[in-house]
Amino acid sequence: MTLPKHLHDKVEKYSKKYKITDKEKAETARRVEEKYEKAKISPGEAIGIITAESFGEPSTQLTLDVFHFAGVSEMQVTVGLPRLIEIFDARKRPSTPRMELKLKAKYSKTTDMVREIAMKIKETKLGDVAQEITINVAKANIEIVLDKKKLRELDIKPKAVFDKIVTEMKSLEVKGGDESIIIKPKEKDLLLSEIYKLKEKAKQIHVRGLEGVTHVLPVKDENGYTILCAGSNLEQALELEEVEKETIMTNDIFEVSKIFGIEGAREAIIREATKVLKDQGISIDVRHIMLLVDVMTMTGNIKGITRTGITGEKESVIARATFETPIKHLINASLIGERDDLNSVVENVILNQPVPLGTGLPGLIAKTADMEKDE
Amino acid sequence: MESYVYKKINSMIFGMLSPDIVRKMACAKIVTPELFDKEGYPVDGGLMDVRLGVIDPGLRCKTCGGNLRDCMGHFGFLELARPIIHVKYADVILNFLRCTCRECGKLLTDKKMRIQIEDDEEQEVTEDDADVSTKKQVKGISTTLRNVKKCPHCQAKQHTIKVEKPTTYLEDDKRINPIDIRTRMEKVSDSDVAFLGLDPKFARPEWMILNVLPVPPVTIRPSITLETGERSEDDLTHKLGDIVRINQRLFENINAGAPEIIVEDLWDLLQYHVTTYFDNEISQVPPARHRSGQALRTLSERIKSKEGRFRHNLAGKRVNYAARTVITPDSKIELNEVGVPMEVAMELTTPERVTEWNMKRLKKFVEAGPKKYPGSNYVVRPDGRKKKITDETQEQLLEELQPGYLVERHLMDGDISIFNRQPSLHRMSIMAHRVKVLPGKSFRLNPAVCFPYNADFDGDEMNLHIPQTEEAKAEAETLMEVQTQIITPKNGTNVIGCSEDAITGNYVLTKFMKLSKEDAVQLLHSIGFYDTERFLTFKKTVDGKDIFSALLPEDLDFIGKSKSKQPVVIKEGMLIEGVIDQATIGQEKGELIRALVNNYGHTRTLQILGKIFRLGIASLGIYGFTTAISDTDLPKDVQEKCREAIYNAEKRVAQLIGQYESKELEPLPGQTLEATLEVKILEVLNKARQRIGEVVGEISDANNSTITMALAGAKGNLLNLAMIAACVGQQSLSGKRIDLGYRNRTLSMFNRGDLSPKARGFVRRGYKDGLTPEEFFMHSMTGRDSFMDLALRTPRSGYLYRRLESALQDIKVEYDNTVRDANHNIVQFKYGDDGLDVSKTDAGKIKVVKTMREVVGE
Repeated sequence: MTLPKHLHDKVEKYSKKYKITDKEKAETARRVEEKYEKAKISPGEAIGIITAESFGEPSTQLTLDVFHFAGVSEMQVTVGLPRLIEIFDARKRPSTPRMELKLKAKYSKTTDMVREIAMKIKETKLGDVAQEITINVAKANIEIVLDKKKLRELDIKPKAVFDKIVTEMKSLEVKGGDESIIIKPKEKDLLLSEIYKLKEKAKQIHVRGLEGVTHVLPVKDENGYTILCAGSNLEQALELEEVEKETIMTNDIFEVSKIFGIEGAREAIIREATKVLKDQGISIDVRHIMLLVDVMTMTGNIKGITRTGITGEKESVIARATFETPIKHLINASLIGERDDLNSVVENVILNQPVPLGTGLPGLIAKTADMEKDE
Repeated sequence: MESYVYKKINSMIFGMLSPDIVRKMACAKIVTPELFDKEGYPVDGGLMDVRLGVIDPGLRCKTCGGNLRDCMGHFGFLELARPIIHVKYADVILNFLRCTCRECGKLLTDKKMRIQIEDDEEQEVTEDDADVSTKKQVKGISTTLRNVKKCPHCQAKQHTIKVEKPTTYLEDDKRINPIDIRTRMEKVSDSDVAFLGLDPKFARPEWMILNVLPVPPVTIRPSITLETGERSEDDLTHKLGDIVRINQRLFENINAGAPEIIVEDLWDLLQYHVTTYFDNEISQVPPARHRSGQALRTLSERIKSKEGRFRHNLAGKRVNYAARTVITPDSKIELNEVGVPMEVAMELTTPERVTEWNMKRLKKFVEAGPKKYPGSNYVVRPDGRKKKITDETQEQLLEELQPGYLVERHLMDGDISIFNRQPSLHRMSIMAHRVKVLPGKSFRLNPAVCFPYNADFDGDEMNLHIPQTEEAKAEAETLMEVQTQIITPKNGTNVIGCSEDAITGNYVLTKFMKLSKEDAVQLLHSIGFYDTERFLTFKKTVDGKDIFSALLPEDLDFIGKSKSKQPVVIKEGMLIEGVIDQATIGQEKGELIRALVNNYGHTRTLQILGKIFRLGIASLGIYGFTTAISDTDLPKDVQEKCREAIYNAEKRVAQLIGQYESKELEPLPGQTLEATLEVKILEVLNKARQRIGEVVGEISDANNSTITMALAGAKGNLLNLAMIAACVGQQSLSGKRIDLGYRNRTLSMFNRGDLSPKARGFVRRGYKDGLTPEEFFMHSMTGRDSFMDLALRTPRSGYLYRRLESALQDIKVEYDNTVRDANHNIVQFKYGDDGLDVSKTDAGKIKVVKTMREVVGE
């Protein structure tokens, strides 16, 4: 059996489903195999170019319309060409990070429960729960008045806020009670501008929720509730009790890579790229996406398709020089006496030689009449 | 016979030129900035010295004796009066200054430290890419060493070294002149050079400070003779002239013992000229200019960018045997043919080797000469000499002709050619066609192959190339001919199929038409179908389905779906159920075409497809098919329904706004009141539009050509029709209704804060009725938006494509079926995990169920 697994499985599955005889099944298998053998790719095929073309040609049809609304104006998502470029560039953070958290059934019985969990997931900063943050110039300290109503709304205990400030601001003296908290720098004679900076820092103190998640939106579908998040923090999301961990989705590829390793990142890139293309109604065979992503991830790190990424790390000086910044590459090559073995495409095009792809690959050795005479 | 030298460049090594090499490879020493003497003859020792090659016809090179064509030019050299820093290596020089001792030239490390660094380096290399880590390592070394205050070898005190960009070095705020830098560089040992990341065999640090300058051959800087007879020199020659002039002045001043200040000034000036000679776009350095104020294009600019040597001349080359002209449609020629005008056919040639057997035939071409068709333009002798056929040479060549000669004869029907339309975005943009010589001045193209080229006939031009070797012809024929490209490797669908009228025609034929036997035979004959036996099977009146079936192979079984999801059944070559439309024969969707390719091969499919295409058009001709504005006239009741839908929607919106203003509106979870209102209004308006679409869709009048075309999938859809006939609908910018402007309103005829549909870009009229001025304004806003979107997108996606291409160009399938890059690193063990070629599959899959059905069906 030389059939790949998915075809083999299909033959098995459908022969059971349609209840065909063994003889018919064997014949089907034979014909499928015959078709498979015929459709196999030929050695030497310049599959990289084909992949590049398959992306490049339809990319002219992608929209540049950057944003797509998931109902709320804060929940924007980059789609179309800009998102595709972002994915292929392997940017460290997506311009609009997003996460989808599906809630476990037992935590999503009522709307209130879901809303509560959503509020828990959303990042709350000190600035959000403080009524007032003022600088007392005379005493050189900062006074924080907590917004009780808001705290009650969000179900946060003032004590928790206080503790957070203590742990976050180690260099400061923190005093106070339920209503107002006074923080004071330990070293004295701080400049006013530095105290001001401190105040801004205090506003950003993380009180509760997933860091980086700026907005949440609970969405109901037939399988229960999903919380859409603007901002992504996979590491902290995995610690949430209420969330079905297997179904967490994030569009931040580097986060996936950090936590699940390169194979996870590979899957994530395939998923993200497929999603962009599907949204725009463009069909490209998965094999192309897979090849491209494999090239991006084959070293174990995610490499972008940029002059510093894959192309920049090409062995051939001439190939690099032809792409971008030729002078830089030539100068650096001259310093280390770099050698170009001319085993890829542009170099040979430049030198008017056959390209080692397709029909340029095989050599032909034949005896001529003269050679036979010599023997 | 002509002989070939089968030599291949195996590798190239890059390195720097040492002064010795510069002197050795030079054929002339340049001593004077003058170019020509009074007689207009190049001056010896000048920049146009005849020893550097020739650019004038008639002159001979003094070095190699060749004339304009044979001599490729020779280098000269210029002895610089004082050493000059090479700008491009300024950073490396700085690094060396910082890392080596100013007295003894040794690296500022003791043994222990050095061993440690080398150790680290080795570790790094195993961890990461060797090349990258060396660079990183060198950077690390230089940051540690720049702070060393005392040389561990000779105990000399070290100073901090600063650089004043681009080429001035300061040691404790005192300038070090290039002579001193050069002597310091000379002291650095080879092993230390290697330690700092250079290969001393190819790059010694002192070579970065030039004391001789290679002067490029005149052939790379040819002068142009203007119409007035004046000579205009190349930018490089100008720049070199400046360098030589200043250099001479510097020499003279030094020899005359001029004061230090004057010498230094000249030295700086020389440095400036040499710097701009290498790169005229360095920041902080004012670019050298022509007298007209235009910046000179010096060495770096010649190499760089899209118009530079690499991308313009090396990676892309100009070719001979090519033609370009406007394309026009002709569905009467085959899909794999191209109509070539006589003028082109008589200019382009294909070489044919003379043998005993074709001698007589080829002699006729030579006899006809270049002015008569079919004739020939050139004869190539076995020694490679090319002879043009003219009235004078014709007789002699005719006599001379014998086996082994090549005759470059005019293009004739059936010759292979390569046809291309830019932008060549995928491989179907360049396909091989058979030549068909036709009268007229345009290339003729079957409209069925417009889609892969993305061509239309509104003035598009295309290029034609004629392969000139047997290998090239064979490759073009087997790999590039149109039929081999029916299925795209992008997703396994067909890029070649019927379009527009051809679809409408087949739809009408298989749905409505019934012809008398005579008319049916007439119709089939007109498209080039001559199977008389088939005609005998026809009854008195022939159904359109049977006429279509006549084109199909007799043993074809096919089950598919039409555009309207109705089944289409073909049994034993007869269409027994369903209609033929876009979903069966259209581009990118034609399931029937894919089935034909799978079962009968490319060539036969292409023939059938050509006939189907022509059948469609011919059927339309018989049926009588036209479209007019009156097609968009709606029946009274439909009009009434549309008006009602809009009226209701507007009422509902007014209601919503009322609720919003009285704060009765319930906000959606997590949203503000305003956002909720917007969402609801949009919903209502979209629903209204949808409703109108439905209402318009309900009229499926067979006499309405516009609707017929939409239903067949030939052109347009019902939504387009609704927009013309009834209502254009909401204009939206980035998903929102058109926003209120600066003064809280979109246009000055509205009240401030008006949220009504009209004020926010809802176009309630259809195109046919005409838009009101404010509707027109809103509509033009979205029009402008999408126009800008396109204009901004094209370069962005073009750049993405270029990057993809350069990243993936060397990835190929190896003989062991693994996918590897140029350095044989494995990317995939099996392409796509199953080793399937998408262009050989049915939409990227091997259809198991289909196969099973075939088996069971027997």
